[in-house]
Amino acid sequence: MALLEIKNLHVGVEDEDIKILNGVDLTLDTGDLHAIMGPNGSGKSTLAAVLAGREEYEVLDGEILYDGENLLELEPEERAEAGVFLAFQYPVELPGVSMTNFLKEAVNSVREARGQDELGSADFLQYMRERADMMGLNADLTKRSVNEGFSGGEKKRNEIFQLAMLEPKLAILDETDSGLDIDALKNVADGVNKLRSEDRGFLIITHYQRILDYIVPDHVHVMLDGKIVRTGDKDLALELEEHGYDWVREEAAAAA
Amino acid sequence: MSTSETEYLKGKASEEYKHGWYTDIESEKAPRGLSEDIVRYISKRKDEPEWLTEWRLKAYRYFKQLIDSGHYPDWAHLDYERPDFENMRYFAAPNGQAQYESLDDVPDEILETFERLGIPLEEQKALTGVAVDAVMDSVSVATTFKEKLREKGVIFKSFGEAAKDHPELVRQHLGSVVPYTDNLYAALNSAVFSDGSFVYVPEGVTCPMELSTYFRINEAGTGQFERTLIVTEPGAYVSYLEGCTAPMRKENQLHAAVVELVAHEDSEIKYSTIQNWYPGDEDGNGGIYNLVTKRGICKGDNSKISWTQLETGSAVTQKYPSVILAGDNSVGEFYSVAFTKGHQQADTGTKMQHIGKNTKSTIISKGISADVADNSYRGLVKVSANADGARNFSQCDSMLLGPDCGAHTYPYIESNNPTAQIEHEATTSKVGDDQMFYCHQRGLGEEEALKLIVNGFCQEVLQELPMEFAVEAKELLDIELEGSVG
Repeated sequence: MALLEIKNLHVGVEDEDIKILNGVDLTLDTGDLHAIMGPNGSGKSTLAAVLAGREEYEVLDGEILYDGENLLELEPEERAEAGVFLAFQYPVELPGVSMTNFLKEAVNSVREARGQDELGSADFLQYMRERADMMGLNADLTKRSVNEGFSGGEKKRNEIFQLAMLEPKLAILDETDSGLDIDALKNVADGVNKLRSEDRGFLIITHYQRILDYIVPDHVHVMLDGKIVRTGDKDLALELEEHGYDWVREEAAAAA
Repeated sequence: MSTSETEYLKGKASEEYKHGWYTDIESEKAPRGLSEDIVRYISKRKDEPEWLTEWRLKAYRYFKQLIDSGHYPDWAHLDYERPDFENMRYFAAPNGQAQYESLDDVPDEILETFERLGIPLEEQKALTGVAVDAVMDSVSVATTFKEKLREKGVIFKSFGEAAKDHPELVRQHLGSVVPYTDNLYAALNSAVFSDGSFVYVPEGVTCPMELSTYFRINEAGTGQFERTLIVTEPGAYVSYLEGCTAPMRKENQLHAAVVELVAHEDSEIKYSTIQNWYPGDEDGNGGIYNLVTKRGICKGDNSKISWTQLETGSAVTQKYPSVILAGDNSVGEFYSVAFTKGHQQADTGTKMQHIGKNTKSTIISKGISADVADNSYRGLVKVSANADGARNFSQCDSMLLGPDCGAHTYPYIESNNPTAQIEHEATTSKVGDDQMFYCHQRGLGEEEALKLIVNGFCQEVLQELPMEFAVEAKELLDIELEGSVG
């Protein structure tokens, strides 16, 4: 069943005469993992931001259905409660806010929306420990302020840890692999693989084919100038790696 | 800042103050206005010794001289109408009683007043580990756990009682840190001070419980002028906390307190304040003028004084809890959160005066403003010529919640010794759209997100509060941030 349907999506920046997405179409089924690849400035991260509900982007045309409902009508926190999760490209620091407090609020807010009971402190701490173990996260990180003083790698791993804590239906990873060394990359990929399930869809946005050596996608899309210009299976990523984006660009131009 | 956030913040000024009710109880009040006769009346009502009456009169004369020569302190970044000193009452005793012998004599209305504020005065109901002195208008109505403290030799009683029971101790220290010539409000307080607490911890004693004074203004048209004096002998330790509330009224009421701390060698005083006086209504009418002088002296070597304050109430707040670091190796600390919203104004900070050798001070100040409020940090770090090896670290952070509020920082540094090390850091931030969005993406609504971020911003200061009060402080901040989301 389609978890996410993006139809002819056109997006610009609010108050400015800039268009970023020029008619994106994409259908993602529950249980599937899609990768979107593309060069800098092709609109990949904008798509992620629009899905999560960032205000500064304006949807000019098209629609997004999530679980059959109009996603664009929901506030960002309502989307989160409905099971949309974004692993940020640049995770934000919240000075003085402990990971424990932050995640307890977040987990309970999402649980409430799902009609589950709030977790008390003891249950929550146990749940957090279990998830940290499962993700191979250093438990010390959960004692610190959210992302404050975290290394680049720690920030990215922390995003995947939060994904594991919040158990979303749709997980969007916005360049989670960028800036990671090979060990951190493997760790992040390992986490994602553990979290893949029949009840969850993944949309992984990346520059590089590298992460797809560890996370095998069901579908690969190439985005150029705000449009998906090519779709294939995992081999498409390898072809891209070999020929570069210019190859797709030329093909797209020839087809036009 | 996003539109919904701005709307949300706009809603906050109109929130209700939770302690704005009034207890209907007969009260004996001094006539309006100030004169030598009024000063004598207060002193007589409190059954004070001659020397204290004389001291009050000297203070009054100094006050009058300042007023007559037009010396009103108006240098702070504050805009308010001067209190009308002639039209105010300087003494109000609920139930006409200036003193209560025991809890049995305290009328039920007063007990209920404090019960309603969450301060039960019966010991079996009280928070374990905290002794309370409850002051309503000009009178201390009860002090709990006196017996338990007496076993250790700790004196904790109302100022009025102490002046009678321990005249030599009071006389020796009264005005020794804040002389009545210090400023206009210190002079006024010295002339008309009503009640407050006196704490004395003898040599080598660690006070076995937190001491707390709870101040409640009840009567209309009355100023509150309490006086607190805390003395720790060598090697002693005490942690003291004051809290305060007042009813909602259309007119402004004056609160001008003086707090003096004296720490002898190797002793430590930790003084915490949760200030929640009525801030006035959404149009800026009414509210308390909180104009307070607080100062401590680290008299002995290796002594330490630490001020922690959470200032959320009052229409106008002006106070600079300070430390004179006289003893060698002495330590002064100032941790402050000042939250202003609606039409509130605050000009607060500290003075750290380094006199002894190898003295050390730390200043952490967090100012938060919302709506059209104005919030200033003003601080002085002064190093004397002989204060070799003095060190100071200051950090002043301001957070703006909305486009119409103000944050100002006035740090003054005066170093007369080349060996001094002084560090100052200051930041001003808005709650970032990025931070809010990050929280939203994790399922947190406008209000939850803001509470989390503001609490995080204040964390360094809140963690300095005694554990019993840290939760209360967090809840108070949350209430301040609550409101109808736009």
